[in-house]
Amino acid sequence: MEFTNGSLKTKDMNKKDKIDLSVNFAGIKAPNPFWLASAPPTNSGYQIMKAFDAGWGGAVWKTLGMPTINVSSRYGSTNYRDTRIAGFSNIELISDRPLEDNLREMAEVKKHFPDHAVIASLMVDTRKEWEDIIKQVEDAGADGIELNFGCPHGMCERGMGSAVGQEPEVLKTIVEWVMEASNIPVITKLSPNISHIVDPGLAAVQGKTDAISLINTVKSIVGIDLDSYAPYPVVDGKGTNGGYCGPAVKPIALHMLKDLMQHPEIKNTPMSGIGGIETWRDVVEFILLGATSVQVCTAVMHYGFGIVRELESGLINFMEDKGYTTIYDFAGKALPNVTDWKHLNLKSEVKAKINEDKCIGCDLCYIACDDGAHQAIALPTDGSRIPTIIEKNCVGCNLCSLVCPVEDCITMEKFDDGTEHETWHELTESDRIPNTWNDDRAGGKGHYVPEPAEALKHKRKDKAGIK
Amino acid sequence: MAEYKRPDNEQEFKENFKQKKPLMNDTQAHYESSRCLFCYDAPCMDACPTGIDVPLFIKQIQTGNTDGAAKTIYDSNWMGNACGTICPTGVLCEGACVYNHQDVAPLLIGRLQNYATMSVIESGKQLYYPGEDTGKKVAIIGAGPAGISCACELRTLGYTVDIYEAKSQPSGLTVHGVAPYKISNEEVMAEMDYLQNQLGYNIIYNHPISTKEELTKLETGYSAIFIGVGLGITAPLNMTGENLKGVHGAVEFIEELRMKHSEMKIAQRVVVIGGGNTAMDAASGSARLGAEEVTLAYRRGKESMGAYDFEYDLAVSAGVKGLFNASPLEIVGGESVEGVRFVKTELVNGKLTNIDGSEFTVPCDMVIKATGQAKQGSLLSLIDKLTLDEKTRIVVNADTNQTTNPMYFAGGDAINGGAEVVNGAYDGKLAANGIHQWITQN
Repeated sequence: MEFTNGSLKTKDMNKKDKIDLSVNFAGIKAPNPFWLASAPPTNSGYQIMKAFDAGWGGAVWKTLGMPTINVSSRYGSTNYRDTRIAGFSNIELISDRPLEDNLREMAEVKKHFPDHAVIASLMVDTRKEWEDIIKQVEDAGADGIELNFGCPHGMCERGMGSAVGQEPEVLKTIVEWVMEASNIPVITKLSPNISHIVDPGLAAVQGKTDAISLINTVKSIVGIDLDSYAPYPVVDGKGTNGGYCGPAVKPIALHMLKDLMQHPEIKNTPMSGIGGIETWRDVVEFILLGATSVQVCTAVMHYGFGIVRELESGLINFMEDKGYTTIYDFAGKALPNVTDWKHLNLKSEVKAKINEDKCIGCDLCYIACDDGAHQAIALPTDGSRIPTIIEKNCVGCNLCSLVCPVEDCITMEKFDDGTEHETWHELTESDRIPNTWNDDRAGGKGHYVPEPAEALKHKRKDKAGIK
Repeated sequence: MAEYKRPDNEQEFKENFKQKKPLMNDTQAHYESSRCLFCYDAPCMDACPTGIDVPLFIKQIQTGNTDGAAKTIYDSNWMGNACGTICPTGVLCEGACVYNHQDVAPLLIGRLQNYATMSVIESGKQLYYPGEDTGKKVAIIGAGPAGISCACELRTLGYTVDIYEAKSQPSGLTVHGVAPYKISNEEVMAEMDYLQNQLGYNIIYNHPISTKEELTKLETGYSAIFIGVGLGITAPLNMTGENLKGVHGAVEFIEELRMKHSEMKIAQRVVVIGGGNTAMDAASGSARLGAEEVTLAYRRGKESMGAYDFEYDLAVSAGVKGLFNASPLEIVGGESVEGVRFVKTELVNGKLTNIDGSEFTVPCDMVIKATGQAKQGSLLSLIDKLTLDEKTRIVVNADTNQTTNPMYFAGGDAINGGAEVVNGAYDGKLAANGIHQWITQN
């Protein structure tokens, strides 16, 4: 039995050995793409050594820079039903520890983990300060620098953080100062608190940054205390806007990463993806949109450094299944499929299908469709609770499949034969778009919609008329 | 050996009769309530005889609106807390939960219900106020689930209500007739007090209505009368030895158990005769009181028992032994019970038949007859123009619970022959609305 176990283990390891997770990110080398974002988990050498020991490949040190004083308390969260920290907000500032302590610990970490990436996040004000601090972190052995142009709370009131990230010209100037002073790779970290991420992204590239990381936190108020009427986190009866992160912000981050990766002048710049990454799936999605390292904070603040085991295992399984040996084999692979709406095929048609054997009869699909979509699901009249799709009304919107609580019960089935292809762009080009108020060529023309008065026939049953 | 040691004090009694549906804590309620799918036209609502808006109250618990959840429950069912614990939820709301169709555990609806109702009972939060005084009075006979529910509803409609109760406590079988591990006396009374404090109906205790004179007095003093008298004592088996010392009726046994707790005496060897839920409660109760041997004897096969499966399982887990296809012939003994003589039975062409020569005796020191309760026929026969069906149940209009004597309304076991607390709660509420409609129209 021992022999069997042993050989299984060997085989397993061989398989993994073929996969190489190491990265060379703009010249910063790391054993894997799992890095800790500049945040509370990277506040000390102790935490970072513990993280490396747990399996993290790199860490961006909690931002060093102008001296700060922090408040108590500092964090708030968005909880959804029984899920804690679907979103997370903080009003903590950059490191409040003495610079010399941080630098001493940084040198010690590099001594223990020479092959891991240690990146110094920096935030200072004047050119002189930038030059000074860059020299000091280089001397401490940092493998790279990350410029914190993102914090949307506190530091921005002092003209730093997101105050820089929101002014592309200022950002570019500072990147230029840093590039002149630095002998190690420089990552510019962007703030999402801007309507067009390409503006600061382009400014960073024009300032000759080596790489970009995004997103920093989203300016937010996570909630209001209903007794003290103050926003969370409450500090002596008052609060302030915080920086929002955690799983809730992932969609925003993915979108901004995509915008940069599709920009001709930016797309060749290495991207470190940040924003709500908690699982291997998140990691793969960021890589598919072009990130070649990822940074994690909230998930570690929630579950500790141990979650890296799940990231690594899931990423390796994915790569094995797909036949990839490095992350560069699939980095950016989803980018060609992210396009403008006007290029989507208007002739493609899917419709919902309910698997009667799996349906448990909650009828959420029915009410979601009837109240929230296209009145394309009917309830049975025989007393059972298995609804049916009214195919002629179904527009294939997906809503029913999204609300269905049963795995693979409602599927979206292809209805067109795949031979036709027509986009809004093509219609525009050939001058065939609908252009009058009641145009016959408009999409909703002829779609079934019940008469308004039908709405009043849906009375909820009451037990024997008892009110 | 018995599963349970005889309880010598209240603490040990509470251990032996530990609550089957203990109160959830905040964390349990938070996680459990988050599982609710908020089904459209939810089957759990439909399965509830009182039609409680279950998805709504669970959502209210989830969002921290516990008072609102309690209001949702009481809006449909005045016995909201008692029903949360006593109801056979596994065959009602929880049995209808759609999760069952995917082999996922159904929502613990009963316990969530108690979480909400106990919260307001403990805080004393006033959810209801008496309605504007109509100047009319209604008499209620019996302060059981039906009578109390009828009283609550009538008070919200502005009627003065006097309840005449034969015993010294309200709630009927809720406190007197269900096994103690389903709900404690204190919990039952807490809900009774909570309702009465808010709505202010009068209960005249130790005042059975049993004569024509008393009925006439009610008829002249009140605009309408609600009959919520339930059923009577355990019906006689008409069997030799039935009057021996040590032979008890199950309903009386449970009532004594509920009132005396550890003071209750139990014999070493007990035979319970019957296959309904009351038989299960009596058998389970005997075992938990420390009886060495408890035999549950039923004349048909196990599958024919009227009791819910979970009730039988509960009895078995307490150490009760089932004896099926055994029909009692006589109770044997001198002055006291010494045993029960049975004959084995089998189904022959669908007919239960005794097997000749298969007689045997189970020695015992106590017999509990759980073979049904007698009807309150003698009282009902005193009421003019009151129609009873062939099973001595009062005939009522299903929409109003009005009897064939228009002044009288009825509900609970007196009209259904013996059902759940929740059915009584529904009947009482329905009748109150029927009374209101009838008085308003006349």
